[in-house]
Amino acid sequence: MENFNVYAVRLLPKGEYIAPGHRACQGCAEVLAVRLVGKALGRNTVIACATGCMEIISSPLPTTSWRVPWIHVAFENAAAVASGVEAGLKVLMRKGRIPKKKINVLAMAGDGGTSDIGLQALSGALERGHNMIYVCYDNEAYMNTGIQRSSSTPFGAATTTSPAGKVKPGQVTWKKNMPEIAVAHNIPYVATACPSYPFDLMEKVKKAAEVEGPAYIHILSVCPTGWRLAPDLAIRAGRLAVETGIFPLYEVENGKYSLSVEIPKRRPVEDYLKIQGRFRHLTPDLIQKIQEHVDKKYNNLLAKVRFSEEMS
Amino acid sequence: MPKRVGMEVSIAASEAVRLANVDAIAAYPITPQTHIVEHLSEFVANGELDAEFIPVESEHSAMSVCCGTSAAGARTFTCTSSQGLALMSEIVFIASAMQLPIVMILANRSLSGPLSIWNDHTDVMLVRDCGWIQCFGENGQEIFDLTLCAFKIAEDHRVILPFIVNMDGFILSHVIEPVELLDQETVDKFLPVYKPVYRLDPDNPVTMGAFAMPDLYTETKKAQDERLKASKPVIEEIWKEFGDLTGRYYSPIETYKAEGAKTLFVTMGGFSETASTAVDMMREEGEPVGLCKIRLWRPFPFEDFWKAVKGVDTLIVIDRATSYGGPGGPVASELRSALYTWEDAPKVVDFIAGLAGRDVAPGDYKKMYQRAQQRIASGDIAGYEIYGVRE
Repeated sequence: MENFNVYAVRLLPKGEYIAPGHRACQGCAEVLAVRLVGKALGRNTVIACATGCMEIISSPLPTTSWRVPWIHVAFENAAAVASGVEAGLKVLMRKGRIPKKKINVLAMAGDGGTSDIGLQALSGALERGHNMIYVCYDNEAYMNTGIQRSSSTPFGAATTTSPAGKVKPGQVTWKKNMPEIAVAHNIPYVATACPSYPFDLMEKVKKAAEVEGPAYIHILSVCPTGWRLAPDLAIRAGRLAVETGIFPLYEVENGKYSLSVEIPKRRPVEDYLKIQGRFRHLTPDLIQKIQEHVDKKYNNLLAKVRFSEEMS
Repeated sequence: MPKRVGMEVSIAASEAVRLANVDAIAAYPITPQTHIVEHLSEFVANGELDAEFIPVESEHSAMSVCCGTSAAGARTFTCTSSQGLALMSEIVFIASAMQLPIVMILANRSLSGPLSIWNDHTDVMLVRDCGWIQCFGENGQEIFDLTLCAFKIAEDHRVILPFIVNMDGFILSHVIEPVELLDQETVDKFLPVYKPVYRLDPDNPVTMGAFAMPDLYTETKKAQDERLKASKPVIEEIWKEFGDLTGRYYSPIETYKAEGAKTLFVTMGGFSETASTAVDMMREEGEPVGLCKIRLWRPFPFEDFWKAVKGVDTLIVIDRATSYGGPGGPVASELRSALYTWEDAPKVVDFIAGLAGRDVAPGDYKKMYQRAQQRIASGDIAGYEIYGVRE
């Protein structure tokens, strides 16, 4: 792939829907994911955004980074607001008050706004079956308020409310499995993605836009600031998360699991953990504990993939 | 001439929403609001109303969905009560700041605890400062009329603000009253299709709900306050237009037998009807009493209030909510404040009464009147008295 750059630029849609000049940190992989999601969806998109990093970096009055219609109401209700936008557009098109055309309705929130405070609103919206896409940009803690732990923070990570102390090794609980919670709602499309795999991410967003009904995409968004990681390592960290099996890339289409990126030989989790300051306190036995947990979870996923293949 | 029909007030309210041809309804069930959402979902299920009915999982999401539908450009309605309002209150404040002209009927009910489903005004007082236009209706006809007018006022381009119509739970929501409905043609002429100034439109992208740093927050709040205050003449204009259409005129402050009265009871909502009966009774007995009804609570109609109480010696305020350890019930506190600069202001005697459905009969007004005389005679009119406590 000598000419990869030339090739990649040609493949990417040229539209930019989040303008440069926003205030994201250097190396922020979340805003990169936002940019890719925008490119995949195009201009006929309305975004409902939760309070959080992406809201704060993009919308200080009287300026905005958004080139598509965008609404922010509160922290925990992006899914509810988006479901309202979807219902509103639908009824106005039905009544002939606005032109009939496909408009993508995208809800976006961080891991706190999704797996903690926004879980109820999300569950309601998924259950009601709105034709919308929900994207969780998961940077594994409340980064906007200063790196506090969420239910999406991985075991062992030090945050400002799960500090590594003399008796506690940082976060003591395992990461909540949000994609599985979305799957449990029997929605047509669930996927995981990471901007370190940009084409995979964009393909999934396009698929999500095409399905009828709710789609959920969980995007691991590396946060150099919160993960205590050099900004130039953000993309590599995302790849390592996938290559170690810590964050496998997969899709669940109408209940059918498939792996997006096959990892014949997973790297040890240590490769991923050791480049991040949030894990620097981990002892070999804790790393081993994480390795065993990841092995178990990854094998569970493989079993679901195999089961889906056998059933089809 | 339209016919007066006996119907439950909640049905009359639902009929107003149907005639308003709303585009979207998001609501979560809570007593005593349930009959309204039940009727509305029936209308939608039977094709009598072409709207999206979004049966949300909480009131917080109800108001959030309403923000979404309204921002998309849809005429939007919700209704709730008590705990539901408390749960959605975070978003209630945001809806007005974002100028989303949602109409909400609030079937007033007390707040927990102890849990009670019955009527008072503690719920609406929780969101007193939410920046919505807020009015009270005292009977089924008024709820029907005020709800129809609410859409027209909220969506008027000089206003563009959300609107709460307060309807006392049970004592209005669940009673059957004679109500005169309007036909669709008349309503359509009075209330044309909603034309939003801004909506979420990919062809004209706008950013809604941006955040403000300290250098702009104050200015946004000043603008919001000015806008709410400036809605008053529009409210009066639209109520007048409705009056010319139906013969039923509404004013921000209304009085009953105030002429020659030395004492005025001050009430809001359904209690005004009982208070009128009490005034009739006491007038017959020769007492110089009358009634002042506050219909428009926000924006507060200061001029109208001053005009209504000029020359009166005493105001007996029936507050239906408590401000624990405060200077009085919310209504009396505001009226005292409104009268503060007057040299010959009437005395304000505050009773907190009718909490959580405790009945306040005409005879109780007479007792409060007598008790007020005692309090004035003993110079004890500061603060408030919780009336009718069983000891």
